[in-house]
Amino acid sequence: MMTDSIGTTPRAGASHSFRSLPLLLLRLRAYLALIFLVVLFSLVAPSFLSSRNLVIVAEQVAVFAILGIGMTFVILASGIDLSVGSIAGLSAMITGYLISEGLRLPFVDVAVFAHVVLVCAAALAIGTLVGMINGWFITRLRVTPFIMTLGMLYVARGAAQLVSDGATYGDLSGQAALNNEGFLLLGTGRLLSVPIPIWLMVALALVAIYVTRRTVFGRQVFAVGGNERAAELSGVRVNRIKIGTYAISGFCAALAGLIIASRLGAANPAIATSYELNAIAVVVLGGASLFGGVGTIGGTLVGAFVLGVLSNGMVLVGISDFWQTVITGAVIVLAVVVDQLQRRVEKSMSERRARQA
Amino acid sequence: MTAPAERCRDDDPRIVLSARAIRKAYPGTVALKGVDFDIHHAKVNVLIGENGAGKSTLMKILAGIEQPTSGTLHYRGEALHLAHPREAIKRGIGIVHQELNLCANLNVAENMFIGKELKGPVGTVRLDRQRRIATEVLTRMGQRINVDALVQELSIGERQIVEIAKVLVSEVDVLILDEPTSSLSKAEVGVLFSLIEELKRQGVSIVYISHRLEELIEIGDTFTVLRDGNLAGTGTAGEVTVDWLVTRMIGAQMEGPLRDGRAAATFADRPVALRVEGLEASGVNGGLALKRLSFSIKRGEIVGFYGLMGAGRTELFETLIGLRRALAGTIEIEGQRLPLDGTIAERIRAGIALVPEDRQKLGLVPNRSVADNLLLANLERYAGITGLRSGRMRRDVSRCIDELMIKVSDPDVLVSTLSGGNQQKAVLGKNLLTEPRILLLDEPTRGIDIKARRELFEVIDRLAESGLTILYASSDLGEIIGGADRVLVMSQGRITADLQREELTEARLVASSQVQRRDTRKESA
Ligand SMILES: Nc1ncnc2c1ncn2[C@@H]1O[C@H](COP(=O)(O)OP(=O)(O)OP(=O)(O)O)[C@@H](O)[C@H]1O
Ligand SMILES: [Mg+2]
Repeated sequence: MMTDSIGTTPRAGASHSFRSLPLLLLRLRAYLALIFLVVLFSLVAPSFLSSRNLVIVAEQVAVFAILGIGMTFVILASGIDLSVGSIAGLSAMITGYLISEGLRLPFVDVAVFAHVVLVCAAALAIGTLVGMINGWFITRLRVTPFIMTLGMLYVARGAAQLVSDGATYGDLSGQAALNNEGFLLLGTGRLLSVPIPIWLMVALALVAIYVTRRTVFGRQVFAVGGNERAAELSGVRVNRIKIGTYAISGFCAALAGLIIASRLGAANPAIATSYELNAIAVVVLGGASLFGGVGTIGGTLVGAFVLGVLSNGMVLVGISDFWQTVITGAVIVLAVVVDQLQRRVEKSMSERRARQA
Repeated sequence: MTAPAERCRDDDPRIVLSARAIRKAYPGTVALKGVDFDIHHAKVNVLIGENGAGKSTLMKILAGIEQPTSGTLHYRGEALHLAHPREAIKRGIGIVHQELNLCANLNVAENMFIGKELKGPVGTVRLDRQRRIATEVLTRMGQRINVDALVQELSIGERQIVEIAKVLVSEVDVLILDEPTSSLSKAEVGVLFSLIEELKRQGVSIVYISHRLEELIEIGDTFTVLRDGNLAGTGTAGEVTVDWLVTRMIGAQMEGPLRDGRAAATFADRPVALRVEGLEASGVNGGLALKRLSFSIKRGEIVGFYGLMGAGRTELFETLIGLRRALAGTIEIEGQRLPLDGTIAERIRAGIALVPEDRQKLGLVPNRSVADNLLLANLERYAGITGLRSGRMRRDVSRCIDELMIKVSDPDVLVSTLSGGNQQKAVLGKNLLTEPRILLLDEPTRGIDIKARRELFEVIDRLAESGLTILYASSDLGEIIGGADRVLVMSQGRITADLQREELTEARLVASSQVQRRDTRKESA
């Protein structure tokens, strides 16, 4: 499902003039929907535009976007990753463990407390590793992506519970004596009065846009998603590319887990439960095709904003939980329907042009 | 059997790549039973054989895609082991596959550089440079394909061109062409041949596989014939004739042109089976593919559609079957007008069947068996009270396999393991089993060997005899001249000639297929 409105992939083939207004509106629909939601909620719920609320929205959006960016890579290569929520949970719990209890060394009764930067790096590395394990099983042992990552959804969540035997690490602020303070900055800190998570999201998105558009890896991801056999026969190392996409997804999931834990100031094993569905929704809202080969990072970002604003606004307006769920689902399906509508309008317009010519 | 002038030794400098005693066993079949094959330096090495003889398998082994069960490869005198396509690509062994292998979601330039992206200083892909080189290569091939167009917007013929161009963007030493011209018409083949001559002069060694024998005689320097996985003969240009090839390919002579036996029938007093009036439909990239097309066809008539790539034949057939929506005009079957916005199922029920050109995408379900595929379009007929009647189904499947001579060890093997030509026959068989009134065949002989082609036209004759009306599109002049009662020539979405059987000459067909060719070019540019 190609959405040119968010086209970060240059496509000269689609560079028709924007002469017709309806088509223009259709193409820009994701942005329009976003503006519509913002205006609507700020009218109905004045607290929506309060700086306090905007920070909450921003953090929510950042988590969705970061998960979505990783998921975009996987979906572009025509895979799926159902384990991202669990990986986020695992990463949060590992962080909690390393900050609160330190690393227990075997045989000797000492615990090592590391600097938070090291702690975060460890959590990110483990997330990436879990992603690579997904990829390895999918490519080498030919487990289908759905099954493999469904299995990992359970395994990683279980591992998150095992870290603390199911308990919550209630205080992640660290101790000055142990020189491991500062973790909370990640989720709650600001730079130029913009929350750190937003900076992380922007940085990650920029890197991801560059990778998808201009690197060999990125272009090969599109090739693998478009026609795996053709890519293989052209000498692309298909397995490496796929493992790479799952590794990226695992990394992004771990980063999201860190942000959530840091914002909460606590880590519990249920963090980010079912967030994999949000991640997939964000990618689909952004116009990617689940068949692979079509989609953009820019689209995913807009998708994250739409989903984040929508869910926050609905809470403020006071829509019941149950209706929120129904509406979210309807919006996702609607996005795909409109996507198809756009193609049909484009086609009939080009037909009309052809007949006039 | 003509022996080669002298037996070449493995270290002969004139041999670039040689295969010795290659055996390849698949579960249920042995595709190659100890074959020797030499690729001579800067020559066109022709490989020929019936469908399923093992040609593609041998080429896949030379390109590192399949590994031989036993046997050895030598590259410039040194033993060669290819575990992966990449290793072959690295040595300059390029292959254009029989089946199209492109990424429909990427544009032409990107497709040409998959796996060999041009890297800039910091690992960046140099997209602009890739576009420039892609444009250069296509221009050298005499093609005006837009390098920014998505591959999904291209016709089959254009995709075939892109496949060839894809190999040419990097330096090749050995170039394997596995039926590169099956969707190309004479003009495009001509361009390809001059390109091959140029490559030969540059020292590229070429392997050329085709079922178009005249083409082979024209271009080939050395000839190797495979039969049933065995070497059936080798020869060199000069001594090899079409008869020589045929005898070795099928072990017997084949006499007379296509459809020799068919009596010239007159259709003047037959009822009209299909009438099309003012039909219009759009093409993929905006232009009109069909421009006010009108013709009528009598019952039992066999009508050939000839034209160059992009003339609109595929689009016409797709519009008739309802795959493509008509913008204007009327379609009548036996006097009955069909609604223009009808679905494909309705058109099939009205008695139309289409054997599509792109069998991979539209014709077969690759992960099902041959039997399942044959019966797919036709299951309702076998529904009984106690479920599907398996006895009748099996009987029809084996009759179909026999009649079309589909080479398959067992109807239950996956259809995707059949050789290219045999897959094509399976698509045809599937449609014949629906017993349509009007049969549309889009390049029905694409990839089919000459013996099977003859059988196919015999089947077509028999079907026409029994009252079926047949429309077929072909880019092969011999097939058009020998096979049709009447030929409609198309160019640029219009019918430019309507020729009866006795009026058919190569010159007339080619001339009318090039009417307004200039305008076409201008439009696509
Ligand atoms: N993957 C596979 N599994 C099982 N059998 C196979 C497989 N690939 C090819 N075969 C069989 O090997 C034989 C040779 O096939 P191949 O594709 O080499 O024929 P070909 O000479 O290229 O024919 P064509 O002219 O139709 O392209 C066929 O009988 C085919 O069914
Ligand atoms: Mg073949």
